[in-house]
Amino acid sequence: MQNKVKVILGVIGADCHAVGNRILEHAISSAGFEVVNLGVLVKQEEFVNAAIETDAKAILVASLYGHGEIDCRGLRDRCHEAGIGDILLYVGGNLVVGKTDFTAVKEKFSAMGYERVYAPGTLPEEVIADLKNDMKERGYCV
Amino acid sequence: MKPVLLIDFGSTYTKITAVDVVSETVLGTARGITTVTTDITDGLNEALAKLFQQTGQLDFSRVLGCSSAAGGLKMVAVGLVPELTAEAAKRAALGAGAKVLGVFCHELSEYEVQDIAALQPDIILLAGGTDGGNKQVILHNAGMLAQLGLDVPIVVAGNKSVTPAVVRILSETMSEVVYAENVMPRLNELNIEPAREMIRSIFLKRIVEAKGLHKANKLVDRMVMPTPAAVLKAADLVSRGSDREPGLGDIVVVDIGGATTDIYSIAKGDPTQSSVSLHGLPEPAAKRTVEGDLGMRYSAGALVKAARAPFIARWAAVEEQTIIDYAAKVEANIEYLPQSPAEEQVEIAMARACTALGIDRHTGYLETYFTPFGAAYSQIGKDLTNVQIVIGTGGVIINNGHPEEILQGVVFDESNPQILKPRNPEYRIDKSYIMAAMGLLGEEYPDVAVRMMKKYIVGGNKSGTEK
Repeated sequence: MQNKVKVILGVIGADCHAVGNRILEHAISSAGFEVVNLGVLVKQEEFVNAAIETDAKAILVASLYGHGEIDCRGLRDRCHEAGIGDILLYVGGNLVVGKTDFTAVKEKFSAMGYERVYAPGTLPEEVIADLKNDMKERGYCV
Repeated sequence: MKPVLLIDFGSTYTKITAVDVVSETVLGTARGITTVTTDITDGLNEALAKLFQQTGQLDFSRVLGCSSAAGGLKMVAVGLVPELTAEAAKRAALGAGAKVLGVFCHELSEYEVQDIAALQPDIILLAGGTDGGNKQVILHNAGMLAQLGLDVPIVVAGNKSVTPAVVRILSETMSEVVYAENVMPRLNELNIEPAREMIRSIFLKRIVEAKGLHKANKLVDRMVMPTPAAVLKAADLVSRGSDREPGLGDIVVVDIGGATTDIYSIAKGDPTQSSVSLHGLPEPAAKRTVEGDLGMRYSAGALVKAARAPFIARWAAVEEQTIIDYAAKVEANIEYLPQSPAEEQVEIAMARACTALGIDRHTGYLETYFTPFGAAYSQIGKDLTNVQIVIGTGGVIINNGHPEEILQGVVFDESNPQILKPRNPEYRIDKSYIMAAMGLLGEEYPDVAVRMMKKYIVGGNKSGTEK
């Protein structure tokens, strides 16, 4: 069996939304990645630990309950601290409460160190296409 | 059929048990001082002489032994992330009956390599990376351990992709390097059985001889395993039963010694409440933990620090200072036995603290998340709330008139409800001190061992579980 590129997937913080998480796992593994799915209620530390142990190339963070900004802040710093500072970070879901302009949200999360920030309603295909591009750019075979 | 002799070469005493496997009875038990520094057979012969005084001369069909003499099986575990492969490696070592001297993680430094050398382990377990996961760290650590300056047997159980390279690096300076399947093949998937088997085979092949236990070979047919592994095996058998003899179901075993408290649980430990999701590394169904700071003699001072004197004093209904003084006294004189009802009471309270802290650290717990939709819970470790039977063993429990008071420490505490301890267990006492012997017997007569444990480990005192 060829070693596939591994990505870490999980729903961050005190968030229990499990349905989208399963759909993403299915879609991303069908696209040829090995998905290490941490499920729901995942702490930042667990994302980082999992990425170290499995040598994953990206961490895909979901947040659906509106507290995304609090939960996601600092993940990039933790990655730096743990020696995997250059790992790809993606984030998506309902990142903030209410009808905030998405451009502002995107800027905020980009500033936190996330390479890709997705608006509500983004389809898995878009994420997969980005993953493939980003991996190719970094020289990983997908 | 001639009886079977089961020997436990302990750190202090060599304990022997003669069993008639036809009538399924204990013919007699005896003990002698463990004489591992001179000739281990001296202490064994002393015990045999005492045994024959009870039973008359016996001729044995089979003699099986286990050992925790000469420091037991001392191990160092090395992994990558502390909560992941390092923890998995530690559990594999504990499950094999080892005393874990240290757990090391991430890339080892020169200082840590010096520390490992100073610990003088009997075996090192080297893990790191899931299969296909991180390779650099285990390769780095193999290179560092190759410069240990000691010839220590090493079990490699990490990322399969680099196992051959790791073995090659280590073999340059080490004479015994073996490998097993990864202790964590995929993230959060525990696979400790193959590594455990390897540890056990090295123990039998090398350690028994290195510790001078092979001198017993003319009397012992098979030195089977380290003593804690024998107790774990016995617990597993009495819980799950054998092919032809049903077991008792989920159990917890509390073994309080002079230096450590060992807790064993045989239970899957899945959540018993709804809306609880499991988190973290899965636990082995047969789990052993060892607390080096909880003990009745060598660790009495450490116990008082860990459990805190006021708590122990409250249980014993004495002054705080009494506890501190008594702990200091017995730590200085490890042969000391309680001389008065008051001292007896202090012993019970100390043992209860060993039980309570030991089980608190062993058992799983709930973390509460306050979500916009109310509380959600995630469970880390085993839920033991439904465990019905708790077995007590070890000197202080067996020799005490009120073992149920000591075991009271295992019970679920309403003021600390996140720790998932047994809610309403029944207590049984290993009065004849046969658990290690039954683990050995179970190697060759599993049905007999299960039936004998059900017969000899008794008590069934339900009234002891007040809330």
